[in-house]
Amino acid sequence: MQFRVEHDTVYSYGETALYSAQYLRLTPRHHDHQDVWGWSVKSNVPLVSFADAFGNVVHVLTLAARHREIRVNVRGNATTRDTHGILPVEPEPFPPAVYLRATGYTEVDEALKDFTEDHRAVVGRNTIGGLHGLMAAIGERVSYEIGVTHVRTTASQAFVEGSGVCQDHAHIFIACCRQLGIPARYVSGYLWVNPDDNDYDANHAWAEAFVPDLGWISFDVANRMSATDAYLRVAMGLDYSGAAPLLGIRRGGGDEKMDVRVRVSQFDTRREARVHARDQQ
Amino acid sequence: MLSRTADSLFWLARYLERAENVARMLDVTYRMSLMPQMDGLHSSDWSSALLAAGQKAPFDLRYDEANARNVIQFLVLDAENPSSIRTCIRKARENARELPGAVTTEMWESVNDTWFAIGDLEYTDVSRNGFHKFFDLVQGRAHLFRGVTYGTMLQDDAYQFLRLGWFLERADNTARILDVNYHALLPTGGPVADTVDYHRWAALLRSVSAFKAYRRLYRQAIVPHGVAEFLMLCEDMPRSLHACYREIDSGFACLRSAYRSDLECYRLGGEIYARLKYGRIDDIFRRGLHDFLAQLVRDNETLGAEIAHDFLMEA
Amino acid sequence: MKPAFNEMLNPDGSVRAVYSDLEAWLKSTPPEVLDVRRREADLMFRRLGITFAVYGEGGDTERLIPFDIVPRVLTMAEWRRLSDGLIQRVRALNAFLFDVYHAQEIVRAGRVPESSILLNEQFRLEMHGFDPPGGLYNHVSGIDVVRVGEDEFYVLEDNIRVPSGVSYMLEDREIMMRLFPELFAAHRVAPIDRYPEELLRTLQSIAPAVDVPTVVVLTPGAFNSAYFEHSFLAEHMGVELVEGRDLFVSEGYVYMRTPEGPKRVDVIYRRIDDDFLDPLAFNPDSVLGIPGLFSVYRMGNVSLANAVGTGVADDKSIYPYVPEMIRFYLGEEPLLKNVPTYTCRNEEDRKYVLDHLDELVVKEVHGSGGYGMLIGPTSTADQIEAFRDRLTARPELFIAQPTLALSTSPTFVEQGIAPRHVDLRPFVLLGADCVRLVPGAFTRVALREGSLVVNSSQGGGTKDTWVLEDDRPC
Repeated sequence: MQFRVEHDTVYSYGETALYSAQYLRLTPRHHDHQDVWGWSVKSNVPLVSFADAFGNVVHVLTLAARHREIRVNVRGNATTRDTHGILPVEPEPFPPAVYLRATGYTEVDEALKDFTEDHRAVVGRNTIGGLHGLMAAIGERVSYEIGVTHVRTTASQAFVEGSGVCQDHAHIFIACCRQLGIPARYVSGYLWVNPDDNDYDANHAWAEAFVPDLGWISFDVANRMSATDAYLRVAMGLDYSGAAPLLGIRRGGGDEKMDVRVRVSQFDTRREARVHARDQQ
Repeated sequence: MLSRTADSLFWLARYLERAENVARMLDVTYRMSLMPQMDGLHSSDWSSALLAAGQKAPFDLRYDEANARNVIQFLVLDAENPSSIRTCIRKARENARELPGAVTTEMWESVNDTWFAIGDLEYTDVSRNGFHKFFDLVQGRAHLFRGVTYGTMLQDDAYQFLRLGWFLERADNTARILDVNYHALLPTGGPVADTVDYHRWAALLRSVSAFKAYRRLYRQAIVPHGVAEFLMLCEDMPRSLHACYREIDSGFACLRSAYRSDLECYRLGGEIYARLKYGRIDDIFRRGLHDFLAQLVRDNETLGAEIAHDFLMEA
Repeated sequence: MKPAFNEMLNPDGSVRAVYSDLEAWLKSTPPEVLDVRRREADLMFRRLGITFAVYGEGGDTERLIPFDIVPRVLTMAEWRRLSDGLIQRVRALNAFLFDVYHAQEIVRAGRVPESSILLNEQFRLEMHGFDPPGGLYNHVSGIDVVRVGEDEFYVLEDNIRVPSGVSYMLEDREIMMRLFPELFAAHRVAPIDRYPEELLRTLQSIAPAVDVPTVVVLTPGAFNSAYFEHSFLAEHMGVELVEGRDLFVSEGYVYMRTPEGPKRVDVIYRRIDDDFLDPLAFNPDSVLGIPGLFSVYRMGNVSLANAVGTGVADDKSIYPYVPEMIRFYLGEEPLLKNVPTYTCRNEEDRKYVLDHLDELVVKEVHGSGGYGMLIGPTSTADQIEAFRDRLTARPELFIAQPTLALSTSPTFVEQGIAPRHVDLRPFVLLGADCVRLVPGAFTRVALREGSLVVNSSQGGGTKDTWVLEDDRPC
């Protein structure tokens, strides 16, 4: 699938802000199944970038002057290929065992532990089938609902709530996997959604679990499926904090208003192919 | 030097100056309250003390009546009042404590001793020996700190931040008490009120140690016009607005030679200074004293924010 | 358990040569005189405390650590052997850290189990693949050493996160020189006062390429128990003592807020833990840190000492592997001994530990300050049983070691001069240019008779530590 991503974020502050700093993980990398071109992250504020330990491209936004507004504009194109949810094998920064580490977001309380243990036997017999079952069970148990949880909600908290967003779904899935001894990690990215279907945000998050002999398999609890060519993988980490698209802090500013517009659109392959060719010249 | 150091110096001076000003004002209010009562003005003395300190609203939230005991409790001892004398001294000490390298041992000891002298006083301690004695103690401590500072501290850029803190706070205080007193006098009139007026203006002059000086300089009756001119425009009077801004402007001149020279605080300070240096009292009265003073209090506050932005730890 | 090594007296009652002058002086000085000097020392500490920013109540709680006026003495030959071993150890720890955050050869070689690194909380994934300046991590190491025999030193613990105590080493010496100038005239004590200078050089050696690097000391603030040391070191190095709010990140660099405008900072000697350095990279609730600092660090535009993530090498669960590190990275045999350590996570070890609780010292893997530990030989049966329950419940949290007979040094206590158990914390500075080590250390002494716990939180005191030059005139 070929699509274009337009992702604009505008922060406006009720009072003058004195200082802002943000880590932006908004740049997808090339993988065997995803080709990225013409990608840019721009802002009305100077940006510098570095690669973090997971290989994510991180733009660092800092503004040490009075301001009332910050804009971040992402533009780019990608061609993706459906790999049936299996991430093509490529050099990894860490061995899978690293993704067994417990984090604040993915700690399991008694309730989540009990829930997980019900799946241990099935997963033991057939890992991939068992994990799909786990994904379905989480989807069943925790409904997709905006506004119940927030960015700091943990897997255990969202599980108790019984509802949450894709971030919570991913955290719960990861927490369960790690409890079962299966390495799992958090992925943030974009999702192309059918224009007729307005239920889901094009900003998306899902999980990947490591299955021996197969490699990293994606699990999107919110949609109860593995990633297809409608998914664009942008950043990954142990949990949200390592893969969040925008993570920031500021001094002053009073109330913050955040206006986000994301458009992921399929486009005419032939026309864009010409653009692509021109880009490469 | 770190901005945090400059910040602590600035606030050290401001808090000590504020404590002194509250003590001065209460001292005079107390004296006024001892005079024969006329037309129920007695209790409004304590109210205007609150007004001048900018503390009327927070006071009303916590106390019923503006009497001597409540006002003194609130403005002197109340640990929860961020502007009480006790809180000011405590904060001054906390700021001095952040400054091992920038203040001299003598300065530290002066602030530290002050805290130990009044930090744990109760209302009965303050009233037992007479309020005047206590207010004298606070003023004396402030004089001592200034003297020790003049006598021991290196007069480099660090010193300028103390100076800015002192005079910004003092200008605020002088403008406020003048405004409040002038305001309080407006509705009154007639022969009885004249006597009250006289005492009120005399008390105001005493609160800024200017009674004798006024007499010497003006050689005339105490009239509002004269008092206002004296406290606003007289350059030689150390608590006048003009003198405060001369010091602020001179502090800026020192910083300008050491630091960047194109800052908003320099411009604003200079503008206010010019207003006071070249202003004429007749013009000010014609356009409205209250408006002039209210504007000055606002500008003074803006200047404080600009200083914080340019040099200190802007919140 | 064999009897403790007495550093002053031989078993036959004769005096070891290195202590002979000191012993004679102690004998000839009446206890009343010593007591007067001890009081003077206390007074001096208070006064010094005041000149060093402590300023009144609250801040000087640390300074209340008792000071013993009898110095602890080592020969230069002993010190040289010791320092060779320390340097070897510090180099191996550094090599281990580099390896852990790069190819993990030591894991591949099967010398250290993979899980003890990958799942170790102190292993900072964020550091993976990053080359800190000079490939250095533990620029400042405080290695805890105990002595059990004439020539037998054991390393008890490697402190390479934010080790403290060096200000005591320096101040104890300062006080001793003021109190007992006559003793210094009679002994050739190797000087240590250049430590702050050596620290500054070490910090400068890891700076990014700038003409004159700006170095700062980063403290959590005046409420921190080691604040005194932070301000002491900043003052003696002649650099700014900053808090997180004094620094900010802008366009890939770190700046210090000054009235003159932002001033670039190149090296941060940070005395705050990894977790609190950057709320955007680590603990998001940290108010002590500097948002964005870690990105600047990874870009190579600011250097941190110590590096982020050193805790994976001084963790008690990694400690047993240090001798193996020395062999693996340096191809040498360890010069200093490791205390045999039982890892209670392993079933075999756990069984042994549970069977020998009355002989062993059991510690929490993540504990410090002497809390939560069991010293078998000095504990009651009830205490041992209570500990057994804790250990059985969460064995992975504990390690155990044989109880070592810490050496004793003469100490001035109520009864007069008596032997008390001591340990030793020398500080090793690892710079991009060289390794630096001043001949001295922070000696802690267990003031209670028979006690083996030297931690200040548990009634320990400090002593000046003397290394005597070889060519001492008799």
